Order: sequence, then C-alpha cells, then structure tokens
Amino acid sequence: MAQETDTQEVEGTKLENSMQFLSFTLGEEEYGVDILSVQEIRSWEPVSRIPNVPSYEKGVVNLRGAIVPIIDLRERFNLQHSEYTNLTVVVVLQTILKGRSRTMGLVVDSVSDVNNIDAQLIQSAPDFGTKVSTEFISGLALVDERMLILLDVKKLLKLDGVDGAEENDDES
Amino acid sequence: MSIDMAQFHQVFFEESFEGLDIMESGLLNLDMGDVDSEAINTIFRAAHSIKGGSGTFGFSAVSDYTHVMETLLDEMRDGRRQVTQSAVDVLLGSVDCLREMLSAIQDENEIDEVSVVEHKKALEIELNGKQANSQVADVEIPEQAANEITAIPNDSSESGWKISFCPHADLLKTGNDPVRMFRELSELGDLEVIVDLQGVPPLFDLDPEECHLSWTLILKGSVQREEIDDIFDWVEDECDLSIQLLNPVEEPINIVSTESPNIVTQSNPTPLPTTENQESITPKSGSSIIAKPLKTEEKKAKSTPAASTSIRVDTGKIDTLINMVGELVITQSMLSLVGEDFTSDKIDQLKNGLVQLERHTRELQESVMNIRMLPISFVFSRFPRLVHDLSSKLDKKIELKLVGEHTEVDKTVVELISDPLVHLVRNSLDHGIEMPADRIAAGKPEMGTITLEAYHRGGNIVIEVKDDGKGLNKDFLRTKAIEKGLLDPDTVLTDKQCYELIFMAGFSTAEKVTDVSGRGVGMDVVRRNIQSLGGNIEITSELGFGSTILINLPLTLAILDGQSIAVGDETFIVPLGSIVESIKISDKMVNRVAGKGETFRLRDEYLPIVRIHNVFNVESAKATKLTEGLLVVVDGQGMRCGLFVDDLLGQQQVVIKSLEANYRRVEGVSSATILGDGSVALILDIPGLVRLSNQ
Repeated sequence: MAQETDTQEVEGTKLENSMQFLSFTLGEEEYGVDILSVQEIRSWEPVSRIPNVPSYEKGVVNLRGAIVPIIDLRERFNLQHSEYTNLTVVVVLQTILKGRSRTMGLVVDSVSDVNNIDAQLIQSAPDFGTKVSTEFISGLALVDERMLILLDVKKLLKLDGVDGAEENDDES
Repeated sequence: MSIDMAQFHQVFFEESFEGLDIMESGLLNLDMGDVDSEAINTIFRAAHSIKGGSGTFGFSAVSDYTHVMETLLDEMRDGRRQVTQSAVDVLLGSVDCLREMLSAIQDENEIDEVSVVEHKKALEIELNGKQANSQVADVEIPEQAANEITAIPNDSSESGWKISFCPHADLLKTGNDPVRMFRELSELGDLEVIVDLQGVPPLFDLDPEECHLSWTLILKGSVQREEIDDIFDWVEDECDLSIQLLNPVEEPINIVSTESPNIVTQSNPTPLPTTENQESITPKSGSSIIAKPLKTEEKKAKSTPAASTSIRVDTGKIDTLINMVGELVITQSMLSLVGEDFTSDKIDQLKNGLVQLERHTRELQESVMNIRMLPISFVFSRFPRLVHDLSSKLDKKIELKLVGEHTEVDKTVVELISDPLVHLVRNSLDHGIEMPADRIAAGKPEMGTITLEAYHRGGNIVIEVKDDGKGLNKDFLRTKAIEKGLLDPDTVLTDKQCYELIFMAGFSTAEKVTDVSGRGVGMDVVRRNIQSLGGNIEITSELGFGSTILINLPLTLAILDGQSIAVGDETFIVPLGSIVESIKISDKMVNRVAGKGETFRLRDEYLPIVRIHNVFNVESAKATKLTEGLLVVVDGQGMRCGLFVDDLLGQQQVVIKSLEANYRRVEGVSSATILGDGSVALILDIPGLVRLSNQ
C-alpha cells in the first residue's frame, strides 16, 4: 500500500516537473523561457521611442490596442548590438506582477526550438561574482549537448518597472 | 423556495437611494402655502416602495420606520393634515436617517439605533401632536407619556392579544398564505384560531383563488406587539386588520363569540398607528440609549463605500446603439461580398463601403461614449438640500439657481466632481454671501443668490459657481498670505495671482473656524482634484459684487482632443485644451537668461522656451534654430511656456491609452495613444515637461 502511493507520487512529480521552454539565441548564446509565459512571437517592427530611458528600452508598440514596451535583450545583457533585420524576432511575454498582468516584448536574434526539460536536471546558475550579472537567470539546462540559459521571466519584466529600472540606472 | 435574495439587494439599495433622493427633492420643493397633491403623492410613492422593498428583504427596521413616515405622508395626502415647515423638516431628517440605515445595512454594519429612535420619536411627535393637541412638540412630554403607556402593554401583554384578521379577496393571489402566518403566530405563544365562514359564497359562485374567510385569533402569552406586526407586515395592505389587547379580566372566548363579527366588519385602521407608535418608542428608549453611543462614534469614522459600479442607461441610447451595430453588420457583409471575387472595376464599391464603414465606426464610438454620459443634475440635485440646511444654520437667506442641469458629462467626472463642488458651494455660502442685514446695508436684495451653471464649451464642460456676495478682497488676501508666511511681502501679484492665493495649502481667511469651513484645507484639495481630472479652475471676483469660480473639465477621460506636433521623425500629441496659440518667432523676441535659459516675449509676458528636441533628446530634429521651427504656447496648470517644435501636423481626437499598464510612468508624458497608421504617439504632460526642462 505504502509502496504503491510512493511510486505514484514519483510518477506524478516526474510529469509535473517536466517543463517546456522556448529557446532562442542571442549571438552564440542560447536562452530559454518558460513557454507558459510566452504570449506570441512576432517579427520586428519599428517602435515609438520613449524619451529619457535606458537605451535597451527600445520603445513601445501597439499590440492590438495595448501599449507594450519592447526591450532589446542583447543590449539588456550588454552584448554587442546587432542590426535589426527582417529575421529579427520579438518574443512577447506575459506574466502577473503585483496582481497585474504585464506584457512586454523581447528582441532576440532568432527563435530556435521548444524543449522539454526535466526540472530535476536544471542546475542553478554558477556564481560569477560581480563579473557577470546572473540576476535574471533561474538556472542552466543541458539540451542535446548544448547549454540553455533559463531566464526568470518575472525578474526580467520587473526590472522594467519603476523601482527596478531606477536601481539599474544607478549601477550603470 | 430558497431563492438567494442577496442577489437582489444591490438593486433594492440603488432603488431605495433613488427613492430617497426623490423624496428629498420633493420635500424641498414643497410650497408651504399651496401644496401640490401630486408632489406629496410622489413622495408617498417613494416611501411606499422603500417600505415594500425593505419588507420583502426582511429589513424590518427600515420598513417599520418608513411605515411611520408613510402614515404622516398619507394624512398630508388626504388633506387631513396641514403641510408645515416643521413637518417637512422632520421628514427631511427622516430621509437622512433612512439613508443612514440603508447604507448601514448595505455595508453590513449595525444600524445606529439611537438616531433612529430619535428621528422616529420626532416623527411621532409630529404625527401625534395633531391627534392629541395637549402633547405639543416638546420632547420631554411624549417620552414621559410613552413611558406611562408602556406600563400598560407590558403588563397586559402577559395575557395576550386578540387579532381580527379579515383578508381581502385577492390576498392569496399575492402569494400570501394565512396558514403560514398562523403557524408563525403559534410559535410566539398559545394560539387559538376561530374562523368566520360568513363571507363564503355558495359553491357555484366560489372562485378558488379568492379568499372569503376571516379569522379571529387569540394569542396568549407575553408577546410584543412588534412581533405580531412583523408577521402581518406583508399583508398589511391586503387585509383589514385590528390587533387589540386581550382584556385579562374577561374570559377570552366569550369576547370572541360575542364581539368578533363587529370587529371584523368595523376593521378600523386608526388604532393601528397609535398603538404601534407607543410600542415602538418604549422598548428602545430605556435600554439601548446608554449602550449605543460608543458604537455611533466608531461607525462615523468608517469611510463611505466606493462609488457604484453600475450605470443606468436610457433605453433610447441602447436602441441607437443596436441600430448602429445593425448598420455596421450590413456594411461588413457588403464589404465581404465585394471582396469575395474582387476585380478592379469594383474599386468604387469598395471605396463606398469603406466610407460607410468609417462613418458607422465613428457613430458607434460616439454612442458608446454617450452611454457613459450622465446629466450633471446627478451632482446638482444634492445642492438644494445643502443650501437649505446650511442657510438656516447660518441664518442667511439664500436662493440657489441651477442652470444647465441636463448638460451631460462622463460618469467618472460626475463621481469625482461632486466633492469639490460641495466644497465650493459651502465656501460661497459661508464666506461669499453676507448676513441679510449686511446685504441690505450694502444696498443689495436681502436674499443672496448662488448660481450653479453647467454648459459645454469646445470639448470641455464648464461648471460655474457664482454668488452675489461680498467678493474677494485682494489686499486682504495678500495681507493674510504674508501673515501666514505663504507669500514674500515684496512679491508683486497680478489680480489673478491674488485670487489664486486661496488655492494655496494652509490659506484661510475665515476669522474663526466653523464646522462649515475655515480650516484652510480644502481649496488646495479642490484644485488638486480638478487637476487630476484633467481640468482647471479659475476665479474672477469683484469686490462687493460677488465672485465666480469657473471649472473647466474634459467631457470624458477616455478621449482627448489633441494637436499632433512633429519633432524630427517623431510625433507627439499636445492636449488641445492647453494650447493658447502657435507662433513663429524672430530672433528679436528671444532673450537669454543667465546664458542658458531662453525666454521670449509674448505681448506683455516673458515666457520660457522648452525645446522638445532637447528635453526628449530627439536626434532627428530638423529645426534647431528657434527661427526654423514653431513655438506652441501652452498653459498647463498655470504654467505657461512655449514648446519649440518642428511643425504642427493636425488636430484629431485621440483615445487615451495608459503607458503604465505594461510599462511605467515617463516624465513629461501623461499617456499614449494610437495614431491612424497604428503607431504609438505620446501625449505630452505640460507641467511635467516644464519641470523636466528646468532640471
């Protein structure tokens, strides 16, 4: 009796713990976000610039009547800026922050795949000290011999908020 | 049977509050000398439906109270009672009391019984004062009298009640079942039911849906009169009812057998109010008064509930909307027909369809916005009462004129404007209008006038609060401001700036603080509230002749009339209401202050120049020299400046979209909008922009 429930539980957790991640690339690096927070994938289109904000906040676009900010993830991570082309992709993420739904677009180089990842195989991000900022990274996973850097969507979107963004300004 | 009544509560409360408003305005409009019976009827009907509703939902406190009011109103209606000022005042007090009771129930608080008892007492004095002339309107007497009377029912209620219940024929059709009532009665005490079959017609004439029986009920035991009333409350209007104390000496059954036919036929309504009144004063006056005051204090501290989220819409407006949606559907199907196999010769049809589509969309948008529009009378209607109460409190004679009550404004504006307006009217009453004696001395009519006027001007609604009082004294305002340390003694002020001193926080001219006004908080809050609605407030005044306060508000908070401006390849929207003019300037007009700040002279004023391309770091700006572009002179909350832009593009109505929903506040920008081509444009926040350029 006790054994039975045990095995059931293990199976249950296995199923629950398998998460799907949408992976995309920034240069040589490959990142992943929880697919449940992805609202849609769009191609790059010109934005309306917002004055006096950090340069990675590219501006806002009209997403079916809602004003949605667009963040350049390369610039956000201090990677080299690349020109926007027809193939440049915007991943629109949605999450609940402080009880409110927030939507934001991330400019990435290209979207590559959807991966099933067992939660138990996700490693925590290594500590680089202050050299590399790991605040948005929720973990690392190995997929087909490639390393996928998993991003924490909530932290990513919160940094865009009033308090987070200001903190960041002070650092830079 | 278990219908969840709670789902109807909201509707009941809304209707009841509406009813109370009707009663209030009806009472205020009653002309003492020449009473319009229709007016009293209206008040009566409102009271009656509140009573009915509260009875249905089991708010017996409310229905009992309304019943007493109704009795008084009924007598007025029948002309049995003169309409006097004191009666009207008592009724007005009762309206307030009912409102408090209802909102207490709505918030699930306890009803403030002390004030209810007090108001009820006042009502009963008014009611009984007529019947028993010896008990004139002195609070002490009836209280004593009532206490004496209590002695009787309390003692004798031990023995019981005799109830003659003679229902009208259609009682059963209203869903009331005597058996159920008898069952409830039998729970109160020992019940004996004697049925009278006299009224029953022969079998062939008998309509099974009609009630031809009448009953005499003997209820023994210590039962309060109110408990019996509660049971009969629902059928009160559908039967002849008399409730009498049993005479303890006599044998109850004897009375019934001998007297019951008489009582049934008499079925007199008069003993009902009197006995009930005595009863309802007595049980509460003794015990509860001491216990309750503390609770009253607590309750007052609680804030009032938020504004209602439902809206009542004229069916006419809905019908228009439905028509328009119909038209839209027709246009849509026409367009899809054109598009099915499109050839170039159908281009005219397509163009036609698109024109229609555009027209219908615009009309649809307008009528949807229209649904949110309410007449300003929703706000104005509370003022007659306020002025009536305050003027008698201050011993002033004041007439209130309401003009343009049908002007329609957005619901949000209606909700948010009422507090500031109350404040302004109170101020006019307290500070503006002089005492009657002073007015006569100044050669003005004794009766002061306050005018509340609303009208549309451009895309704005203007609300004016005008009084013919003493006006604002500029020098006095100035000295006061200097006294309070709000103003530097050397500052030179224009008239307008002088008047605007009263909007400063902590400024008050009242010699002494009254409970009406004078604490020096308020006008600054009024101004802030109005500015938060996107409006502005202005004062003009003439010493000795009165002052006028002008409130300018946008019609709606969702749409804005905007002027698009171009700076480089970026487009911004400036609220049209804040634009004074647009000019092209020459080098001669420009002066530099401390080498950096630029000003220009516009007629007699030196205004700062705000270069949008600098403030917003627009690299693509075409015009960098002042002579190359245009200056848009704007006025934002009293701050005037010239915005330097490349070009003006055009005027258009824009739908306001929040930037903060997904993003954050941006300094100098109030919100965003979507332009015709689908791109996003920022709407400028003029005061923020000025602040930004000063940094």
